[in-house]
Amino acid sequence: MASTHMRDDAPPTTARDGDRRAQAVDGDEGAIVGRTVTINRPRDEVYAFWRDFANLAGVMENVERIDVADRGRSHWVVKAPGGKTVEWDAVVTEDVPGRLIAWESAEEADVDNRGRVEFLDAAPGRGTMVRATIAYDPPAGIIGEWIAKFLQREPNLQARRDLRRVKQFLETGEVSSSASPSGRPSESPTEQAL
Amino acid sequence: MRAVTWQGRHDVRVDTVPDPEIVNPRDAIIKITSTAICGSDLHLYDGYIPTMRAGDILGHENMGEVVEVGPKSTLKKGQRVVIPFTISCGHCFHCEKLQYSACDNANPSTTSDMSETLYGYPMGSAFGYAHLTGGYAGGQAEYLRVPYSDVGPIIIPDGLDDDKVLFLSDILPTGWMAAENAEIEPGDTIAVWGCGPVGLFAIQSALLMGAHRVIAIDHYPHRLELAKQMGAEVLDYKETDIREALFEMTGGIGPDACIDCVGMESHGLGIDNIVDTVKAHTFLGTDRPAALRQAILACRKGGRVSVPGVYGGMADKFPIGALMEKGLTLKSGQTHVQKYSDILLEMIIDGKIDTTFLISHHASLEDGPAMYRNWHDKQDEYTKIILRPGMERAHAA
Repeated sequence: MASTHMRDDAPPTTARDGDRRAQAVDGDEGAIVGRTVTINRPRDEVYAFWRDFANLAGVMENVERIDVADRGRSHWVVKAPGGKTVEWDAVVTEDVPGRLIAWESAEEADVDNRGRVEFLDAAPGRGTMVRATIAYDPPAGIIGEWIAKFLQREPNLQARRDLRRVKQFLETGEVSSSASPSGRPSESPTEQAL
Repeated sequence: MRAVTWQGRHDVRVDTVPDPEIVNPRDAIIKITSTAICGSDLHLYDGYIPTMRAGDILGHENMGEVVEVGPKSTLKKGQRVVIPFTISCGHCFHCEKLQYSACDNANPSTTSDMSETLYGYPMGSAFGYAHLTGGYAGGQAEYLRVPYSDVGPIIIPDGLDDDKVLFLSDILPTGWMAAENAEIEPGDTIAVWGCGPVGLFAIQSALLMGAHRVIAIDHYPHRLELAKQMGAEVLDYKETDIREALFEMTGGIGPDACIDCVGMESHGLGIDNIVDTVKAHTFLGTDRPAALRQAILACRKGGRVSVPGVYGGMADKFPIGALMEKGLTLKSGQTHVQKYSDILLEMIIDGKIDTTFLISHHASLEDGPAMYRNWHDKQDEYTKIILRPGMERAHAA
């Protein structure tokens, strides 16, 4: 049957085959994260929000700070385990207004990474599909191993949560929070329950 | 403030906890005037709902007075409001389709992962109902933080007592949606399993929607009596073979629609239910769907099955063959409360719906733990309990 080499229409990040997954962004198969979220806002608005990277720091959970040098370069400070941070410069490698932003970390990044965010029209009336694909190269050395362990466990979770938070912010004007009082002595009424 | 907190299975206490604060711009804070204990609170009390944490404040049937508003709230201080138990942002795809209980945004990013694994997609949010649904504090307390207060709260006109409108928060629209999901046509016979608050309101709603007959099933005499007063014919499953009775009463056709207002902790005498109970207690399974099985078997060919009763996990021996071969339609879901607020408030104002018959007890917040015990142990006598934070404590035994 001719169908033996038929390739399906799935995004490469959902492939069972590691080599195919790695093609999503030129990267190591084990360190690729892909996630799509639909945001009920026009494509140009979602792109414009994302393109101004400074906006993301206020919404993404583990991003401590993003210093935007110019439209092509920004400095990211991201929380890591044990109260530490990891930092890198991100350089925009591709920018198609309303459609796509791709980046790559500059040399001397604590964690080499590259990725792309695509902005796709959802079905009519349903807003924009935002598809993020990110690849990480864990650094070498003992601290590197430690970060790698963290990254291999966490980035999927973190990407999922951050995309949800961007969606919440763009759709509702706020990042959802269930911060509430409880009978647990350690928690204040504005602390996020988990 | 004082609040009813969950500490563990069959362990509910009244604690002093911090007052809630405005967290997001669309928030409001209300001072609770009435807060009811729901049948689904018993699932928490019995320890069947995962992701409860010791110290969680209970209560999702709440109303009160607005005392504080965030900059983007549309409420005004002093307004009386009933708060839908579902927390809904009003702007996501699901909210715009009026599927409020499926809101994509209210469940914070940190608490959505588990339900995404369990159900395929992160679930919506509710007050006082475990961290699976967001971990929002409940309103069995003196004060409550209300997120998205420009979308959910129902503003109550002066002159309507709390008792008349409180159930707009959950059980009244839940009974209404259960009947709506039964897609009632003229001449229809509707069978309702469970004559607790939701079952009774489903009976009332089915009759208002034009059902020819409603047949209600339970075993508590007082609940069956209330169902009868609403206009239902009643069946006691401890005395009667339900499928046989429904078959005979409908001339061999069967009920056109069946509504399961029982959910995951169904009683029942069948061997299947005994096996389910053992499994639940040994954590091999959680749900005991005896009522649902019976409803599917009893339903006529081509009929509808509506499930407002709460289920959370997996069910064994689900009669999928009967569902498919008879061509049944199954509809379910947490209630899209906000969708029904206006129409139901209007019917209350017009006197077409009176919910006060259900209320058996009022008590102070401080009596909360005793009331949970009574609600659990004396379901025939305690048909609905309302806690009022300001009320004086009963000088009980």
